Amino acid sequence: MSEKTVRVLVAKPGLDGHDRGAKVVARALRDAGMEVIYLGLHQTPEQVVQAAVDEDVDVIGLSILSGAHMTVFPRVLEMLRERGASDIKLVGGGIIPEEDIERLEGMGVARLFTPGTPTAEIVDYIRGLRWRC
Amino acid sequence: MEPEDFDRERERWLKETYPASPERSDPFVTVSSEEVGPLYGPSDSSALDYEDDLGFPGEYPYTRGVRGNMYRGRLWTMRQFAGFGTARETNERYHFLLERGQTGLSVAFDMPTIMGVDSDDPRAEGEVGRCGVAIDSVVDMQTLFDGIPLERITTSMTTNAPASILLSFYLVTGERQGVSLGDMGGTIQNDILKEYIAQKSWIFPPRPSLRIITDVMRFCASEVPRWNTISISGYHIREAGSTAAQELAFTLADGMAYVEAGIEAGMDVDDFAPRLSFFFNSHIDFFEEVAKYRAARRIWARVMKEKFGAKKEESLLLRFHTQTAGCSLTAPQPENNIVRTAFEGLAAVLGGTQSLHTNSMDEVLALPSEKAAEIALRTQQVIAYETGVANTADPLGGSYFVEYLTDRLERQALEYFAEIEAEGGVLQAIDRGYFQRRIADAAYRYQMEIEKGERVIVGVNRFAHEGESIDIELLKIDPLVEREQVESLRKVRSERDQGKVDEALTGLKGRAEGTDNLMPAILDSVRAHATLGEIVGVMKGVFGEYREKPIY
Repeated sequence: MSEKTVRVLVAKPGLDGHDRGAKVVARALRDAGMEVIYLGLHQTPEQVVQAAVDEDVDVIGLSILSGAHMTVFPRVLEMLRERGASDIKLVGGGIIPEEDIERLEGMGVARLFTPGTPTAEIVDYIRGLRWRC
Repeated sequence: MEPEDFDRERERWLKETYPASPERSDPFVTVSSEEVGPLYGPSDSSALDYEDDLGFPGEYPYTRGVRGNMYRGRLWTMRQFAGFGTARETNERYHFLLERGQTGLSVAFDMPTIMGVDSDDPRAEGEVGRCGVAIDSVVDMQTLFDGIPLERITTSMTTNAPASILLSFYLVTGERQGVSLGDMGGTIQNDILKEYIAQKSWIFPPRPSLRIITDVMRFCASEVPRWNTISISGYHIREAGSTAAQELAFTLADGMAYVEAGIEAGMDVDDFAPRLSFFFNSHIDFFEEVAKYRAARRIWARVMKEKFGAKKEESLLLRFHTQTAGCSLTAPQPENNIVRTAFEGLAAVLGGTQSLHTNSMDEVLALPSEKAAEIALRTQQVIAYETGVANTADPLGGSYFVEYLTDRLERQALEYFAEIEAEGGVLQAIDRGYFQRRIADAAYRYQMEIEKGERVIVGVNRFAHEGESIDIELLKIDPLVEREQVESLRKVRSERDQGKVDEALTGLKGRAEGTDNLMPAILDSVRAHATLGEIVGVMKGVFGEYREKPIY
């Protein structure tokens, strides 16, 4: 079986501009051999989903530190469903309280990473997703 | 011992005495990945001349401090950055902090306010009051400072792209308290260059942004003389991942760009330079940070005097606020953050800061709870009143190591200035992604050092144990805040005289299209209860919007 290169879209939705984490993760994924589409800042859920579909990605990674996670993640999930693109896995990271992580993972977010997570753990997790596909 | 003798003797000591027991395997580098040697002595800062390079506190080149008597005169201002939810809730927190001995206020706005977006704008959804306080109009600002006398308390506001508007909200709030503009003091961050470089909260493109800034500088120079019109910030550059030398160099380069903009706008450097202030990070590497502040003062004094020909003494002074490093805090074992913050706060004080924010232990998890905010303030009070470090000026001056680091950081900053110059100046360098790339590289290197275990973070990659849980109380923002804020914004819109608002905004548009100072027209719009988003909308219509080329 020839392994397709994993394509990951990394973006920062919302108004917040703290992009250190998103950029470090994007670079780590790239260095791990994945194809990374870095969309940058201030993306609306619509823009994220549109780009994910256009770019035919396997995974969307969103970084949210501003507290808007309970608004953004559910909307992206909903729009992926509407577009028939629920096969795209949604992951994320940021300052997200434990109870919100549980709720969001319950709604269908594949995995949320909290501050201090090694990038190697994120890489391994995304690679693991591919094996399960 | 003469420097040459010391060099020779150190060689001998390194061979004969030092290797008696083996070194630890951890690398000996600063948090900026700079090498640190086993011992410093007279030869490491031998080029230093006491009079030319250090001087006395309050005297050129101010390496040892900007005031003659430093903390024997006045302690630094204890200024805790705070804001969440609605203006009413944040006002309660301000009263809480002032009652507990805080000596100045510092406003944290929510993302919509930072980006100039009203709370009922679709882009604000989910973000209202989340990471700061929501302010839509002067009515909210009046609530925020209810019962706080603005002629006595100085306030710092972390606002950049819409700084001219939030300053106007504040000034009109003062007017309505019966305070004259001349009696109001405080700071707006108003540093747009570092937004393009690091913090990424921009609205307008660079050129019109600089025009707004020089308008504010000119207006305040004549009308609000106690106002610090800009706080040139390295904090966010460091938080985005830069090294200490980059923070120092990029911040001072931005400072020089503002001075150039002021001069180009036709002002005399001594008319506005005294109101420029700075804002630095205090990261966990103790001596490197102390040296950074000392180097900053020396470089700035020299640049202002030699490059810009400033004559007034106040134009040469690099006065600065410090915040301990949010990026040094850890989510696991959050109580350890109290200790980190104490060391970082101490470094800022030993570096001669004029004001200080000490982070709360929970800031990596949420906005500070009341308890965490109180411990953070108490940390500064312990430094100020118990440790004895405020008894004498620049207590680390003369330390071979600290003088060496100060000198090295100064040299590195000058090298970065040359690079920025070669890029075509700060604006060109931003456009070419120079700063963004440098910072991203440093951030990535730092992360990889942690992951390889070369850099130890206690409780994260060492001294962590399985199944740890976080059991501190966290502040929760009620989702109803958004609805409440939207309702009060609608009330403001329905109760105002729309004719007056339209007239004021038309006046503002005219000024934006021409060259007259924007501030009087912004103030008129604010007095008529135009909202932040409406005023920004008019300015955006004339100035356009900035777009970043995403790089990582």
